[in-house]
Amino acid sequence: MDWVALGVSLKLAFWTMLVLLAIGMPIAYWVAFSRWKLKFLVEAVVALPLVLPPTVLGFYLLVAIGPRSPLGQAYQRVTGGLLPFSFEGLLAASILYSLPFAVQPMAAAFGSVEPRLLEASRCLGASRWRTFRRVILPLSAPGVVTGMVLSFAHTLGEFGVVLMIGGNLAGKTRTASIAIYDEVQALNYEAAFATSCLLLGVSFAVLLVTYALQRRVWTAWAPR
Amino acid sequence: MGAALEVRIEKAFPGRAPIRAEFALDAAAGAATILFGPSGAGKTTVLRSLAGLEKPDSGHISFAGETWFDGGRRMCLPPQARRVGFLAQDYALFPHLTVAQNVGYGLAGKSRAERREVTVRMLEFFEIADLAGRRPPQISGGQAQRVALARALAPSPRLLLLDEPLSALDVPTRSRVRTELRRHLERIQVPTLLVTHDRTEAVSLGRGIVVMVEGEVRQCGAVEEVFRRPAGALVAATVGVENVIQGKVTAEDDGILTVLAGAGRIHALRAEDLRVGDPVLACIRGEEVTLQQLPAGRDSARNHFRCEVTGIENEGSVDRVALDCGFPLVALITRKSREEMELRTGSVVIAAVKATGVHLVRP
Repeated sequence: MDWVALGVSLKLAFWTMLVLLAIGMPIAYWVAFSRWKLKFLVEAVVALPLVLPPTVLGFYLLVAIGPRSPLGQAYQRVTGGLLPFSFEGLLAASILYSLPFAVQPMAAAFGSVEPRLLEASRCLGASRWRTFRRVILPLSAPGVVTGMVLSFAHTLGEFGVVLMIGGNLAGKTRTASIAIYDEVQALNYEAAFATSCLLLGVSFAVLLVTYALQRRVWTAWAPR
Repeated sequence: MGAALEVRIEKAFPGRAPIRAEFALDAAAGAATILFGPSGAGKTTVLRSLAGLEKPDSGHISFAGETWFDGGRRMCLPPQARRVGFLAQDYALFPHLTVAQNVGYGLAGKSRAERREVTVRMLEFFEIADLAGRRPPQISGGQAQRVALARALAPSPRLLLLDEPLSALDVPTRSRVRTELRRHLERIQVPTLLVTHDRTEAVSLGRGIVVMVEGEVRQCGAVEEVFRRPAGALVAATVGVENVIQGKVTAEDDGILTVLAGAGRIHALRAEDLRVGDPVLACIRGEEVTLQQLPAGRDSARNHFRCEVTGIENEGSVDRVALDCGFPLVALITRKSREEMELRTGSVVIAAVKATGVHLVRP
């Protein structure tokens, strides 16, 4: 069993979730409340990773962040390192790959907060930020939690993008799903079985805890 | 307090009559002004434009010399900057906050101690201190209204806007809450504009009235005056009640109340938990008043007022006859009847009104 690979997977999923919480919420807010006519363009771009083969996404990303691209060169000048085949590059790819899984539940939750409550808040002198913090966020907490969990679980299970961007460096970019593939290639079924089982267990546990927690969140507001 | 509200706005809607509202209010504290009209007349749009929740296409809104909206200069003050209390139809309480947190919501800029003090004062003023820890789903409709009022008034707004404040309540609670609301409106000392399509509410809650029909303001004035002398057939059809007479309940007999009004006595069916000694408004529609020539014969009506005709206005086939019965009264009769009775200013007649035709409202 490859504990190191599982560690890389968990670390990657955790950071992806955190970064998506930070950048997913503003995007979701914009998607939910913008009245721009061409909003659908942005929505489509955000949702693209849902349908795109991971290899396509990975290929373009590899080109975009490679040492010959402006982005890759800028990164190299600042940090002295390269993005492809590094954990940071893998993280950047995972964030893009899981973006819709974070943004869509959040945007749906933000959008379902009743407009009259937002109006009441505005009439009571609250700024946009205060309205978001005191009304929108608490009322859409389940949606935000769902977005975070889905991006965590989705990152845990990703394969194609990791292979394209991260390669297969033990302890750095070899995630659990890659490790399983390697074991199977080496006809080492026993190890593959163990790692698979562990990954299944972790994923299931994460979802289980979330759904159980969400039920509590809802019932806290229901009339008793 | 002479804080004047000036409104002149236009807003077009696809497939509907455009709204063209123009009125000015000498918004005195302690008396609500009613924005009255049938549903679809544009009342709510006007109210929301005043709150800053809706943007008119053109026009101008100013309050106490401060411009809130100017279509020409493309300027529209956001709701946050208007310091207006707005009460939505269903009160829009925040479901995840307690009653106390709801009331304190608008006090963000204040210190913790001040916030606490104002919240406690509002909770006590509206007699909801015992609900402080509950959440909106756990309180009744009438209580929710008081919480919403407390929340809207806590940041001391300069103008209070109420959108059909009683429509979210079921009928049995409505009249009790209406009396309660009236009492609160008298005490709060904030100029108030209240939207309703209900005549009883208009009579009971308002002093002044602005009547809107089909997107336009048709008449402004004191409630009783507008009901007695509607400007034109459209307003008359909308307000529907010609007579609102102030009086006092002086006796009760077998479910019929006697109301002393001016120099006259009106008999009416008991309503609304009224008791002897209570002040009351007697509402009588002009159609409910029959005129008889002297001497009067017997009929089933409980009220027979001897009165003098003080004026006659023609409205097509119907005449509006103004009478002095010790209190002013308006009768709507057909022109044919008026001609047959040879009525003219100065004629003395009997005005008959059934006790069931008198609608008593607690002021």
